[in-house]
Amino acid sequence: MAAIAPFVALALLLILGYFANPNFVSVANLLNVITRSAFIAIIALGATYVISSGGLDLSVGSMVAFVASLMILFMNSGVIADPVLMLICAAMLALLLGAACGLVNGLITTVGRIEPFIATLGTMGIYRGLTTWLSQGGAITLQDRELQQIYRPVYFGSVAGIPVPIIMIFVTAAIAAFVLYRTRYGRHVVAVGSNEDVARYSGISVNRVRTIAYVIQGLCVAVAVLLYVPRLGSTSATTGILWELQAITAVVVGGTALRGGVGRIWGTVCGAFILEIVGNIMLLSNFVSEYLIGAIQGAIIIIAMLVQRSLMRRT
Amino acid sequence: MMAATSQNGPPVLQAKGVSKTFGIVEVLRDIDVSVRSGEVHAIIGENGAGKSTLMKILAGNHLPTRGELAIDGKPVRFSGPVDAEHAGIVLVHQEILLAPDLTVAQNIYLGRELRKGITVDDRAMNDGAARAIRDLGAEIDPKTVVRRLSIAQRQLVQIARVLLVPHRVVIFDEPTASLTPHETEALLKVIKAIRAKGVGVLYISHRLPEVKEIADRVTVLRDGRVVAVHDAAELQPADMARLMVGRDVAKLYPERHGAPARDVVLEVEDFSVPGFARNASFQLRKGEILGFAGLVGAGRTELMEGVVGLRPGHGRIRHHDKAVDFFSVQQSLKAGIVYLSEDRKGKGLLLGKDLRVNLTLASLSRFVKTLQIDRRQEADALDGAIREFDIRTGRKDILAGQLSGGNQQKLLLAKMMMLDPEIVIIDEPTRGIDIGNKEQIYKFIAKLAEEGRSIIVVSSEMPELIGISDRILVMRAGQIVGEVAGDKMTENEIVVLATGANTGEAA
Repeated sequence: MAAIAPFVALALLLILGYFANPNFVSVANLLNVITRSAFIAIIALGATYVISSGGLDLSVGSMVAFVASLMILFMNSGVIADPVLMLICAAMLALLLGAACGLVNGLITTVGRIEPFIATLGTMGIYRGLTTWLSQGGAITLQDRELQQIYRPVYFGSVAGIPVPIIMIFVTAAIAAFVLYRTRYGRHVVAVGSNEDVARYSGISVNRVRTIAYVIQGLCVAVAVLLYVPRLGSTSATTGILWELQAITAVVVGGTALRGGVGRIWGTVCGAFILEIVGNIMLLSNFVSEYLIGAIQGAIIIIAMLVQRSLMRRT
Repeated sequence: MMAATSQNGPPVLQAKGVSKTFGIVEVLRDIDVSVRSGEVHAIIGENGAGKSTLMKILAGNHLPTRGELAIDGKPVRFSGPVDAEHAGIVLVHQEILLAPDLTVAQNIYLGRELRKGITVDDRAMNDGAARAIRDLGAEIDPKTVVRRLSIAQRQLVQIARVLLVPHRVVIFDEPTASLTPHETEALLKVIKAIRAKGVGVLYISHRLPEVKEIADRVTVLRDGRVVAVHDAAELQPADMARLMVGRDVAKLYPERHGAPARDVVLEVEDFSVPGFARNASFQLRKGEILGFAGLVGAGRTELMEGVVGLRPGHGRIRHHDKAVDFFSVQQSLKAGIVYLSEDRKGKGLLLGKDLRVNLTLASLSRFVKTLQIDRRQEADALDGAIREFDIRTGRKDILAGQLSGGNQQKLLLAKMMMLDPEIVIIDEPTRGIDIGNKEQIYKFIAKLAEEGRSIIVVSSEMPELIGISDRILVMRAGQIVGEVAGDKMTENEIVVLATGANTGEAA
């Protein structure tokens, strides 16, 4: 019941969208909307791991800005002449940085034994501050024309008519689902999230499982960065602001329990779509001002929690 | 009996033909129970006999499905516990329900604070609390934070809080479950004092000697029905046990075949767990069942958790004559030593997950093929475990939390046996388990020993330890204070060691 609720909500939204504006359900519009949800969807996949293992990561928005800025600065440095090789190295660097940022979060919460909320609130400030410092308050922009041209299709291109970002969402989600549902590590994540003591008494290294979850979150942030940089080719101190709110909302809307122990990968993807679609419907219809998008998204997370709890009570 | 027991006129509180069903499960059928002013009426029965449900109905927490309640002979229908309280029926819960960071007085007056104008009147509440506790024959500073109190003191605070309400009937739900003999003695005095004031007392317990001491009448429940009502004077504890169980208790413990071998598999020397156990030394032989007795809080659980690396400890451990030191439980598991926690629900099983996930959690690597968990193999393992350990479940896809206590324990046993351990440490193997399952678990334990495994059983139930152990070590206040074996394995011998009764000090 709780597992299919987000998909039902998505279907209802699509119907609502049709009545608000028939153009909404056109293939072009839907592909466009889903493409735009890619950043949040991919970040939220990582958040699904962190949250279902009983943690929380508030730093993802700042991490996007930080990793993206360093990636652009690296590409601007021109240390590698060949543009394709440069791009590959920059991508590797982004993944490495994302993993490292996640590792820092993981170690502070597990080895440092600081509440995830506080730990990642701290690193949120740190990553954001470092970004502001790197950009000196302004913007960091990718300079090299040739690099821009080669990199552009990663966000704007499509394969067999399907935009690359949408393919990335589903590939990442498929890997995430395999690991969470099929492997030993995934089983351990759920066990640690549902009862840390039981996991410990069963011989599971709780700290290792949690730390790796944060690293996975960092990697997902890096993948989102790989899509984000070719889109605008630029970052600033305000890049990724409030993305942590959207990612957590997508996870919760998707049916993952915020207290840990239940992770729903495809629910999370669905949650990210819902968020973007709500915004799109508001844009296409004239009912509500689009400036209220943030307020609506905030309301969605509260409603999702209420629905989740009432479904939980019934079972 | 003592005091003024039977009086004429209707009982203060009475249940007539009360039945209760949850869904399709009938937990109580046609129960008639009454309590008069100035009597202690004990309700006894095995776990799952329906005692707690009956108490919750009497205290207004549940409505009966059929039948009715009456006060002074007049039918009543409680809309909730508050309603029952207004009628003078109060319940002392089994668990301690106090706010640990508030003071004794703040807890006693929680939700009914005395006020002076718009501020709370701390002085009046402290005085009132001190008086209420003194009435119970104890002395606790009302300004103490509850966190600093012992379990027994907290229980007194809880009783004082309940008695603050004008009351005619007090229901005690297994109040002595976590008390030492000394503390139990003190509590029974309190209950006698309450009785002497003409209050009716309903007393739930399965500790029969204390029932014999305190009760005027005894009602025995079995499988949700009243099987006997007697004056306590007519019953001995052994009779009560037979009525509760419905069969002879003597055959509960399995016969043991063969004596343990001489070879020592585990030797613990001078092992300490800071704050809980000091300088413990013991040996465990192959095929042996070694009992650990002691009062709650004697440090047995903590010692075992220290040995297997679940909490920091230091000392020398030799495993097959090889010095080892387990920094984490992963290491001791790898060495073939498993520990089954006394806290089955909190540390043993994932209650919200299904049986399959629970069964394989500790031994998952056995089920991994090319990165993936083989669910077919897991399902086969579950079938095997259900057969071998006789886990009674209608369906295999239910959650572990939906199993009865006894079946949960069997599942936990099966889970740890998936690791094929050489040494099994079981903490309180039958806590909260009905008699049929107890018997089975004793058989499993005996069988494990016969297979050549070595077992340590930590238990607070002395008959159980005596029934299954080859020898018993007794702990008091963090130290091993003695060993009993052979003819000396008697409750009396153990109690003397566990309480330090001869020296007059209590743990």
